[in-house]
Amino acid sequence: MKFRTLALAAAIASVGLSSATFSTAAQAQAQEQFFPVLVYRTGAYAANGNPWANGYVDYLKLINAQGGINGVKLSYEECEFGYATDRGVECYERLKGKGATVFQPLSTGVTFALTDKAPVDKIPLITAGYGRSESQDGSVFTWNFPLLGTYWVGADVAIQHVAKQLGGLDKLKGKKIALVYHDSPFGKEPIPVLQERAKMHGFDLQLLPVAHPGVEQKATWLQIRRDRPDQVLLWGWGVMNSTAIKEAQATGYPREKMLGIWWAGAEPDVKDVGAGAKGYSALALQHGAEPNSKVVKDMLAMVHDKGQGTGPKDEVGSVLYMRGLISAMLGVEGVRQAQERYGKGKVMTGEQVRWGLENLNLDQGKLDAMGFAGVMRPVQTSCTDHMGSSWVRVHTWDGSKWAFSSDWYQADDKVLRPMVLEAASKYATEKGVQRRTAEQCAQ
Amino acid sequence: MGFFIETMLGGLMTGMLYSLVALGFVLIFKASGVFNFAQGAMVLVAALAMARFSEWSNAALGGDSLFLANVIGIIGAGAVMFLVAWAVERFVLRKLVNQEGATLLMVTLGIAYVLEGLGQTFFGSEIYSINVGMPKDPVIMFEGLIEGGVMINKEDFIAAALAAVLVGGLTVFFQKTAIGRALRAVADDHQAAQSVGIPLNKTWVIVWCVAGLVALVAGIIWGSKMGVQFSLVTVALRALPVVILGGLTSVPGAIVGGLIIGVGEKLSEVYLGPMVGGGIEIWFAYVMALIVLLFRPQGLFGEKIINRV
Repeated sequence: MKFRTLALAAAIASVGLSSATFSTAAQAQAQEQFFPVLVYRTGAYAANGNPWANGYVDYLKLINAQGGINGVKLSYEECEFGYATDRGVECYERLKGKGATVFQPLSTGVTFALTDKAPVDKIPLITAGYGRSESQDGSVFTWNFPLLGTYWVGADVAIQHVAKQLGGLDKLKGKKIALVYHDSPFGKEPIPVLQERAKMHGFDLQLLPVAHPGVEQKATWLQIRRDRPDQVLLWGWGVMNSTAIKEAQATGYPREKMLGIWWAGAEPDVKDVGAGAKGYSALALQHGAEPNSKVVKDMLAMVHDKGQGTGPKDEVGSVLYMRGLISAMLGVEGVRQAQERYGKGKVMTGEQVRWGLENLNLDQGKLDAMGFAGVMRPVQTSCTDHMGSSWVRVHTWDGSKWAFSSDWYQADDKVLRPMVLEAASKYATEKGVQRRTAEQCAQ
Repeated sequence: MGFFIETMLGGLMTGMLYSLVALGFVLIFKASGVFNFAQGAMVLVAALAMARFSEWSNAALGGDSLFLANVIGIIGAGAVMFLVAWAVERFVLRKLVNQEGATLLMVTLGIAYVLEGLGQTFFGSEIYSINVGMPKDPVIMFEGLIEGGVMINKEDFIAAALAAVLVGGLTVFFQKTAIGRALRAVADDHQAAQSVGIPLNKTWVIVWCVAGLVALVAGIIWGSKMGVQFSLVTVALRALPVVILGGLTSVPGAIVGGLIIGVGEKLSEVYLGPMVGGGIEIWFAYVMALIVLLFRPQGLFGEKIINRV
């Protein structure tokens, strides 16, 4: 009897306590801009997912340490989805009800799944460096923002870089370029641009898919050894990248003739290979490893040195950490821009943040002031261009660190724009989406 | 011709490594009648423990002796695998004596998730290295006989040789030693084995320890090849068609099955893959296993199950 009474009292107390906690959280939520964070800290891609997530969350903490966005503090909640599309959609469904006003799915598969949901829920999707390439066309993809670059940008610049190494675009004729790609929506994205470029310049494109997660590539690299392509483009993620570089070493394929996408150009991709990866290059989504940047110094001083860091201190400034940090910064700046129109110091809605992202104007002065000098170039979006920038660099692993090895490249709009418009129009027809007019854009 | 030989050799060496993982499945099934879905997780935990103990001891030793650090790593990982074996027997299997096979199968699924989670919690989820001095560069042989020669990956060759030695040793252990016979007796019938004085609990700890040892060797070899990370658990999935094809109760079946799958998937990817867009080697291995099942449901070397009615 005594136990029963005690249990009842404990239950009542816990209900009361949780109600109090809930109401406090709800009150806090009302005054804070909520950022959902889709992460994969476990599973096959955890080694790459962790630094991205740490950079993302750390940046939100940094903004809070600096006083928030015009006084509005940021709150966040992580949702682990293990890079599985179904779990990613589950996370979206769960977190959208908690006041999410912007989502970053960190997966092309999840982006495809959410593209039809975002307009209904009125929540913008930022897909910095991934996602649907045709979603650059904001007049059709109103809620998608593939900021900084798409895979079509990556593919275009990759061919430009290979051509430059050979001495010009005309030197591509008769050459053989192999694409070793993750057999998923992510890995297949660059194929249309590469095929287009192959037609234009007369090179032979060899497509070599690798099944998830990419731990067994011997047959792929034996084919490369047999066919001896002049260049291998690596479109991998996670363990697939290090395995590819190891197989290249094991089959004697020169790493200097390998060029990865920006998701195949970070420390976890080469650290385990070490000197064997020396000479391997990858595209940089503007930034590389940036340990000396001002934003990193601020992060260390205001977050990590105060014991608030999310991950290990020595990871701060690494490539994927910076990718996460910049992704968070783009979301924050979207909110800040929205506040310029809808009221400083207020919590923004999804629709307002969408407007902010569509009218983003991060010029060099702003970037420098935020600590991104030398890290990235200006980003300016519009109704018709939701990407905002298409500048890319190349960096090379020297055996111990990534170092920039090229000048800036810009994707060729003459090649990409017609493809973007055609693919976006096709999507609009299939889904019955009306392309926005100039008047609608101006609203 | 040289390329065909290279593909064959590559397949044989990969197949030998599959055999090593498949052996873990076979050992536990032979000794306890349990299809151990946790074998992949055991490979991951063993490799993580080896990599981290080795890394920590190397740092403690001032980076002077990689050999000593690796020895400490192996001892530490061995201790972890013993602990896993003991815990599985003490907290899981002991409660489930004489339960249905399906129940035990589901339990091993649960063990897999627990091991994956605990392993990454204790040892981290980054990519770690195992450096046991394996050569990474290829060697070209028979250049005089075949145009362009035949490329052999030294690391794969050494790994396959190590796997072959271990497989041979375990075959002898199972067939010729008293403990091996006791393990087989337990597998045939728990109650009958107990009635003739074979201690069930001790036997299960032994067999999970042996499976842990196999997982450790597989973890070191695969970890050295592809880095120690979560994806090691998927290596176990590559060994599933091997045990289906070779038979769940046969050590030689695991070896022959591994070699057939290894060669089959490489040849299929290289010669059939381009016709259908590539990326077929994983499912092609299962197709081969299913074809065998159509004609020999017990696998190539499995024991034919005869039920008296």
